[in-house]
Amino acid sequence: MRTGKDRLLAGLMLAPSLILLAIFVYGFIGQTISVSLTDWGQGASLAVRPEVHFVGLENYRQLFTGILDIRFRQDLVNMVFFTLFFVVLCLGVGLLLASLLDRPLKGEGFFRTVFLFPMALSFVVTGTIWRWMLQPRGGVNVLPTLVGLPRLEFLWTTSRDQVLQFNWQWVPGALLLTAGLVLFLLGIRAWRRGERRRAGLLAFPGAVVSLIVVLGNPGGWSGLPFAEPHGFNLAMIGIVLAAAWQMSGYTMALYLAGLRAIPGELKEAAEVDGATPLQVYRYVQLPLLKPITLSAVVILGHIALKIFDLIFAMTGPDNAVTSVPAILMYLTTFRGNQFAKGASIATLLLLLVSGLIIPYIVSSLRKGEED
Amino acid sequence: MSRGVPPSTNLAANLGEARRVRRAGRVALYGVLVLLAIIYLMPVYMAIITSLKDPAAIRLSTAWELPDPVSWEGYRTALREFAPKLRNSFVLAVSATLLSALLGSMNGYVLSKWRLPGERYIFPLIVFGMFIPYQSILIPLFQFLRSINLYGGIPGLVLVHVVYGLPITTLLFRNFYAEIPDEMIQASSIDGAGFFGIYRWIILPLSVPAFVVVIIWQFTQIWNEFLFAVTLAQPGSQPITVALANLAGGNAVQWNMPMAGSILAALPTVLIYIFLGRYFIRGMLAGSLKG
Amino acid sequence: MRRHGWRLGLLVLVMSFVFAASAAAQSGQLEIFSWWAGDEGPALEALIERYESLYPDVDVINATVTGGSGVNAKAVLKTRMLGGDPPATFQVHAGQELIGTWVLAERMEDLTFLYEQEGWFDVLPEELIKLLSTEDGIWSVPVNIHRSNVMYYIPENLEKWGVDVPKTWDEFLTIAPKLQAQGIVPLSLGENWTVIHLWESVALAVLGPDGWESLWAGELSWTSPEVVETWELLGRILEYTNSDAPSLTWQQATDMIVDGEAAFNIMGDWASGYMSTTLGLEAGTGFGWAPSPGTEGIFMMLADSFGLPKGSPNREATLAWLRTVGSREGQDIFNPLKGSISPRLDSDLSLYDTYGRSAARDWQNSRIVGSLQHGVVANERFMNDFATVMEIFLSSRNAVAASNAAQAVAAQAGIGF
Repeated sequence: MRTGKDRLLAGLMLAPSLILLAIFVYGFIGQTISVSLTDWGQGASLAVRPEVHFVGLENYRQLFTGILDIRFRQDLVNMVFFTLFFVVLCLGVGLLLASLLDRPLKGEGFFRTVFLFPMALSFVVTGTIWRWMLQPRGGVNVLPTLVGLPRLEFLWTTSRDQVLQFNWQWVPGALLLTAGLVLFLLGIRAWRRGERRRAGLLAFPGAVVSLIVVLGNPGGWSGLPFAEPHGFNLAMIGIVLAAAWQMSGYTMALYLAGLRAIPGELKEAAEVDGATPLQVYRYVQLPLLKPITLSAVVILGHIALKIFDLIFAMTGPDNAVTSVPAILMYLTTFRGNQFAKGASIATLLLLLVSGLIIPYIVSSLRKGEED
Repeated sequence: MSRGVPPSTNLAANLGEARRVRRAGRVALYGVLVLLAIIYLMPVYMAIITSLKDPAAIRLSTAWELPDPVSWEGYRTALREFAPKLRNSFVLAVSATLLSALLGSMNGYVLSKWRLPGERYIFPLIVFGMFIPYQSILIPLFQFLRSINLYGGIPGLVLVHVVYGLPITTLLFRNFYAEIPDEMIQASSIDGAGFFGIYRWIILPLSVPAFVVVIIWQFTQIWNEFLFAVTLAQPGSQPITVALANLAGGNAVQWNMPMAGSILAALPTVLIYIFLGRYFIRGMLAGSLKG
Repeated sequence: MRRHGWRLGLLVLVMSFVFAASAAAQSGQLEIFSWWAGDEGPALEALIERYESLYPDVDVINATVTGGSGVNAKAVLKTRMLGGDPPATFQVHAGQELIGTWVLAERMEDLTFLYEQEGWFDVLPEELIKLLSTEDGIWSVPVNIHRSNVMYYIPENLEKWGVDVPKTWDEFLTIAPKLQAQGIVPLSLGENWTVIHLWESVALAVLGPDGWESLWAGELSWTSPEVVETWELLGRILEYTNSDAPSLTWQQATDMIVDGEAAFNIMGDWASGYMSTTLGLEAGTGFGWAPSPGTEGIFMMLADSFGLPKGSPNREATLAWLRTVGSREGQDIFNPLKGSISPRLDSDLSLYDTYGRSAARDWQNSRIVGSLQHGVVANERFMNDFATVMEIFLSSRNAVAASNAAQAVAAQAGIGF
């Protein structure tokens, strides 16, 4: 069987990649985190030996409670909404396209190529083209005039209208309450399965946290002394459209591959049972696409959380209504010379991304154990 | 499977009805597809007509109208800007793509078929690298490259793209190889094949679909990358995305130039998708992108 | 002989190294880092050509980084400086953008000796040299001058609509409703930086040149009634601007007056070059200009300049470049192409177009102050955060809130310290 020598070889073959990633990923992340705990960015920040002091979590405190850092908080909200809508739109459109193309069709190759090719473009190219498409007095807005309708007036990437508003002061409370409730529900589920010890460990703290939030005064926990409304900027719609135009072909390809991988016998069996095509789709095909959806969410999610070039090319750096933390980080660091604050934003971005990927890793680990 | 499905009795009677429904369905299907295709192609139409207009004739109010007369000025300028950078882009994209694909394939093989100590932690740690926002590590990255004397040239850029490509290539190959039955490996190792023998004679021949997906993905990413290109390369080694930004980012924007530049810069990767799109989906079909 | 063979070999080797090194010093490379491309590229190329004809042995590398309103160039430059790899020389806005970042960090060489050698003290206005200097020296060589406080209009259109060019903002606010009633946008505006650009013209009118200077010297508080008044006035003016402003580039905002959709536009005088070169309008008849309301006799300037970073890879060649940049011939090659004027008081005005000649006259006869948006009076940190201040004002329209935020930014950025 596999000898020790071969295992050693296997380890040796993996080693270069691990060393490179240890430096390029973890070394640099470590450096970024350590910079984020300093005040690098005061006065002569670009000196050969800049004067730098350790300030702990001061930068983070400022980002969440400073008056001038309102832009960071709105950028964060923008990013969350962007990620949500972008991922959902890509999944929906991708699934629609794949379902349409997964039939015997003339010209399937043509349609598939049309939906897939935007993926080949760089975000800079997409951004340039869509910036032109979404000009308020041209592009999409004048399309209705071609058929005699009045011109649209929507400001695609610059509208100041905001919907789904909420008060930032309630964010910590709401997050805690969600966490508490999730824990509680997981506990109940464990109880039903008969895992009593685990149920207690989950449900009890969950209930306590939820109760504290409900009975406490969570509005005061944000550290923000005044109410600060944030919400979904309608201007993000333009960005979501452009991004989804580019990436929905990817989900289409994934789903198409998934649909084709479903053995024909399964469908036939259902049809013999008298299922209508819609029922086959709903009860046979869709459930089998679940694992694909999971990996699509991870890939699209990380693109969305890191989104930078596209918005930069579409609206430039100072269009705050469509800004996201990645852009703010770039400006803070390289235009404002506040290196430590930029590093803090980067660190927070990384934490958010970890929040997305950790469930994915956990699930893939679990699968590995089952194998 | 019959849960919730009503029993069908008079199939034959419904046949004619069914055929009519099916034809209507097909018309509707094509209608929807054509409509969607038009929507997807609108930006391309816009880019092409704008790229062919004379700068003075580009007005928002006539944005959808065909160019009259056609002006090739945008393409001439774009070609002039791109010509010196084209070779850099090809050398960079091809070498970094191949290296990261090969390394990723090897990593995927090791991680899926060789139970190494700590492997369950190694894999997520590798994949996590995919998620860094690159702007945030720009300064340490630059300093590191300079300290190992790789700043400024194509080799440095290749190294960076290979390293940051490793997470995704490793992920794709590992998931792909996980589907290859372990029995095949065991059978051949009984036949005396060692670590490399198994890779060379079993894994590699089965890997073609995964390589197609990975190569297409990586080539596109590297060809289109801007941030590293502009910070880590001296002018002589810059790829064309930098020239594209120069066209699109000058102070006075004449829209025909960025559009023409965009079209030219996108051509190689778009052609890949047009000609290899089928294999891309087939590669995904082979399971390399499943969780 | 044989015993000494290896020594001889070594000697030859060393000699050849020395020879190679000295040859490199003579020919050398000169990397000029800038964000000039597109329409601005040709002016720089012409200047480089001039340099190459004077110093044919130097190999000039024109390193341009564009996009993102200059932020990309800053990112690359700062990354390189922090990594210990400065370009030979780089483009930078004259004034605090250079001083607050690079001089403060002790990364630049004092150029006073060059000013003395080249006699620039005699040909450059004193007020300009003051803006380029600190107590410790003069830090860059300006290559051009642009004016920020210019109001553009189309004379024919104004006649048609029956309005005159407003001399004060009060006049503007009286005629603006009349224009609006005719369906004309009184003042066209573009993306967000052009609002800051507008604010600086408004603030200059409200505060006057002395008030403006004391604001940046830290002597006038941002929360003083005068400064609050600048925000209030800005708010009233914004009532008469186009609602789609943030979607428009400055060129598109200029197009609005050319197309007869808007009456006035306030922009730096690069708009003259855009209208005469790109749009083919005749200066003076096709389009007209005036100082922005309330700033008659004041020249709010900005300039691009080049400096000498410490550790510049080729100091001699860089000094030669700076000499070319500051020379009368070099400037008179560069500026007519760029659409700017020369800071020198002895430039050959016959080489410039109608607008350029008019601007050059104003340059010689006006009170000179520095621009905020274009890097003269405030450091980069202030500039970066001031965009957020403007954002707070635009979303709240609250003059006091904006003033308070600006005061906080000024304190953090060390304005006037």
